[in-house]
Amino acid sequence: MKSFWRGLVTFLIGAVVGYALGVILEGTVTGSMKFNAPVASALAFLFGFTALAYLGGKHSTIFRGLFWQVIGTFAGALLVTLIRALSGKDVFGPFFFTEPAWVLGGLVGALAFLFGSGIMDDWIKWMRGIDTPEHHEERYSGFEKYINVSLDHKVIGVQYTVLALILLCVGGLFAMIFRTELAESGLQFLKENVNVFGQNGPQLYNTLMSLHGMVMIVSILLGLAGMMNYLIPLMLGAQDMAFPRLNAFSFWIAVPAGVLLLSSLFLGGFDTGWTGYPPLSTRAPLGIQMFFLGVFVAGWSSILGSLNILVTVVRLRAKGMTAMKMPIFIWSSVAASIISLTATQMIGLAFQLVIFQRLLGMGFFDPAQSGNPVLFQHLFWFYSHPVVYVFVLPGLGVISELLPVFARKPLFGYRWVAMSSLGIALVGFLVWAHHMFAAGMNEYLRVPFMYSTLLVAVPTGVKFFSWVATIWQGKLVTPTAMLFVLGAIVVFLLGGLTGPPNATVSTDLHLHDTYYIVGHFHDTIFGGFVFPFFAALYYWFPKATGRRMNETLGKIHFWLMTPSFLVLTVGMMYIGMLGMRRRIVDYDPALGLDATHLVLTICGYLIAISIAVFLYNFIHSIKHGEKAEGNVWNSRSPEWQVPSPMPTHNYDQPFEVVGEPYDYGLEGSKYVQFTKSASDAAGKH
Amino acid sequence: MRRHFIAAGILVVVITILTYAVINFSGLATQMNPVAASAQAGSIDALWHFEIIVISFLFALITGPIVYSLVVFRRRAGDTTDAAHIEGNSTLEITWTVIPLIFVMFLAYWGAYSLGETRRVAANPLIIQVQAQQFDWSFIYPEYNIISNELHLPVDRQVVLKMESKDVIHSFWVPEFRVKQDVVPGRITEYRITPSLIGSYKVRCSELCGTHHAYMERPVVVSSQADYDAWIKEQVALAVEMQKSPEGVGQRLVAENGCLGCHTIDGSPKAAPTWLGLYGEHVTLADGTVVTADDAYISRAILQPAADVVQGYQVLMQPYPFTDAQVASIIAYIKTLK
Repeated sequence: MKSFWRGLVTFLIGAVVGYALGVILEGTVTGSMKFNAPVASALAFLFGFTALAYLGGKHSTIFRGLFWQVIGTFAGALLVTLIRALSGKDVFGPFFFTEPAWVLGGLVGALAFLFGSGIMDDWIKWMRGIDTPEHHEERYSGFEKYINVSLDHKVIGVQYTVLALILLCVGGLFAMIFRTELAESGLQFLKENVNVFGQNGPQLYNTLMSLHGMVMIVSILLGLAGMMNYLIPLMLGAQDMAFPRLNAFSFWIAVPAGVLLLSSLFLGGFDTGWTGYPPLSTRAPLGIQMFFLGVFVAGWSSILGSLNILVTVVRLRAKGMTAMKMPIFIWSSVAASIISLTATQMIGLAFQLVIFQRLLGMGFFDPAQSGNPVLFQHLFWFYSHPVVYVFVLPGLGVISELLPVFARKPLFGYRWVAMSSLGIALVGFLVWAHHMFAAGMNEYLRVPFMYSTLLVAVPTGVKFFSWVATIWQGKLVTPTAMLFVLGAIVVFLLGGLTGPPNATVSTDLHLHDTYYIVGHFHDTIFGGFVFPFFAALYYWFPKATGRRMNETLGKIHFWLMTPSFLVLTVGMMYIGMLGMRRRIVDYDPALGLDATHLVLTICGYLIAISIAVFLYNFIHSIKHGEKAEGNVWNSRSPEWQVPSPMPTHNYDQPFEVVGEPYDYGLEGSKYVQFTKSASDAAGKH
Repeated sequence: MRRHFIAAGILVVVITILTYAVINFSGLATQMNPVAASAQAGSIDALWHFEIIVISFLFALITGPIVYSLVVFRRRAGDTTDAAHIEGNSTLEITWTVIPLIFVMFLAYWGAYSLGETRRVAANPLIIQVQAQQFDWSFIYPEYNIISNELHLPVDRQVVLKMESKDVIHSFWVPEFRVKQDVVPGRITEYRITPSLIGSYKVRCSELCGTHHAYMERPVVVSSQADYDAWIKEQVALAVEMQKSPEGVGQRLVAENGCLGCHTIDGSPKAAPTWLGLYGEHVTLADGTVVTADDAYISRAILQPAADVVQGYQVLMQPYPFTDAQVASIIAYIKTLK
């Protein structure tokens, strides 16, 4: 904990020094002092991290990595600058270095993070013929464990989850800033004469709005990876993931990716939305390059992580765990992993092509050079539509996993629920062009995409009906985790039902690119990810810590967040139909939307307060929560048959699957049997 | 158990009616909002109304039994036993796979039919060219050599907009017309509409196109044939008048090239410096030097926008290849803005 605070303080000191230096530098060049200049903010950013890394770096992976990322960024940028100087090109740009220098610097910085932080040490040793022990003894304890490299899937799961929560807060903060701006028509505080990081008000609005999208997406991907990493080996009865080192690598590469993504805020920002459509993105400020690079690098994390999950599920299942006896969460994770393993490349490539177009003048999407801007949209959505199923599938798995526990009934139609996940994943690949009904692609092609899009409703419907049948006649109890499951079902239902009007082309021509879509989308993602994620956190928190989160605070969190969120999204859909477009900093007062927008902003603040309650509960309960070391939910799942927190190498005795996973209510049945008796294992601990 | 099914069924019906009533109360059930002002809106709103009915029913079908279970089957205090052991029912699963499958295919068929209706071609449509660029629309009536920032349309006659973008992707959307279409650089996209209600609306760019995307709005006026003819006549006269003076020629060039997408003539801030009172004034450049906005300066600013950047602005403007005479007329026009 001490090194964390030390790091934070040095970061701030470094940032102030860098900022001052930037102001002076800019002042000597232009002859006037400017306190909001982009050079100053860029230098503040760089110096902050350098300082952070220098003092904190001696001890922990994260600071060492960030230190090397800064050094790498400088080295890469200087190399390009040197080459430019020798070939007589401009040496300095509006952000100190030129754009090519920043791009290569960013890439080298990310690589330097990986080499410098020691994540690849074992692989490098293997290449040199040196053996490393199979199990690393834990060198760190407590907080230190989580800011250093660990190969334990449970530690990595927590690292993913915490990083996801941090990014969730950053993305949420961005949302609060522009939600406040939208409370009234006209510009409130993001005015034309504002100048933050070299951006005026509307430009800053666009940057924050665009970053909100992508930061949240990365946060969701990390949150999913957190749940899957923590739970899958436990549910399978494995000691760890199939490739523990690759697992650590997948997590740690997300850190420099996050830094790259956020650095775009300081380097001029960008005004394209998270979609980055050219030609707008080919004209945007430098920030867009950092955004593209950040997503590109984060994509590696996604691809490698999903590969690891698939191999783990195929290879490391406990004895007797046939495909149809796996916990249902595993099925949905497999479906999600198939998508991220095979589709992520497309967004990486699409963004890479724009990077090349900007740097090298290759006109892939430039009509003046026979390029085609609509091609980008196809490449982009070929990933970005399936990925929303990556976001929601594991969450739907959590719903299916927890319902039987709290209803004390078997999951209704296990096989159908399992197969519906694969069905959604498969159909999800065939629907991407429904984002482009107004884009000017071939008119007739819109019809087959409408059919395929509506098909998604069938497997999704199977899930809903099976959940209802599971709940029917169930002896329901509603602790916070179950409240979030029920909330997830209702919110996701709302998201699902508001989908068909976007699928049928003619109605979509009205709704496309309005707040209706924004409301619909947030419903699907909150119902499919955010609510189940919170449910999972409340549910598995005792497994990870041996303590419970406070129930009263949890219920305050739920009852504050859910109604506000429903009002927020339904209100968004309402104003969208009336003429509120997406991604606008200001709206026509003649539309008469001011009152509704004010209500939406208030709802936004209520959600923010509820998240603050959650964070307090989460952090406080780690040390001070009520002790809960046994099978607190009376679950049949194997991870609850051993004491909490989970031992380092998971199960002391291997278990064998001897029954169905969800046979609640069947006298004398068991899902798993430990090879020696389980009570023995519990007693020994 | 039959008693429970009947009770839950009644609950589903009640929730369906309530949901529909609430949506209807907000005015969104029978038609999409705002008011429909095109012939195409008819089939779109009909499909929407059907979808709202379906949404109300499905919402009730899922939430009804859940609410019922939460109340009726909830765990009573002191009960520690598990619930009934029901693993599934293949007939039910097949039913709720096949019925939705048939239903969504029907919905897709209706969607395709409705799309066809919105694209129905009428004889002798009015053709207007639309130019989109950051952050403005201009409308060209090729028959009359008119260029305008307002789109005037006669009621009940089909119009085809041939739309072109000079820079990035924009999207043409008049909420009252229901239909929208992107405007993509490098190609001409088509927007076909039959205005059916006299009134004043606005075209609102709905594809993010940069910093001032929010303000890319222009009036769309649907009027009777007589009023439309009168407007055309007035515009034709104005166009002829403008050709007579250099400042008039300049004003036309400004309109044709969409300069007012970024520059304003009323002193308000936009993506570029305002032209109101610009001529002869002192201008502070990004590097701190102060220059006078004379002919030489304005001419350079038009031909090489990146040469002298005004403090506080980013260079969004591309160089414009005007002749010296054209530049002189634009400067003459700017001089009139005091």
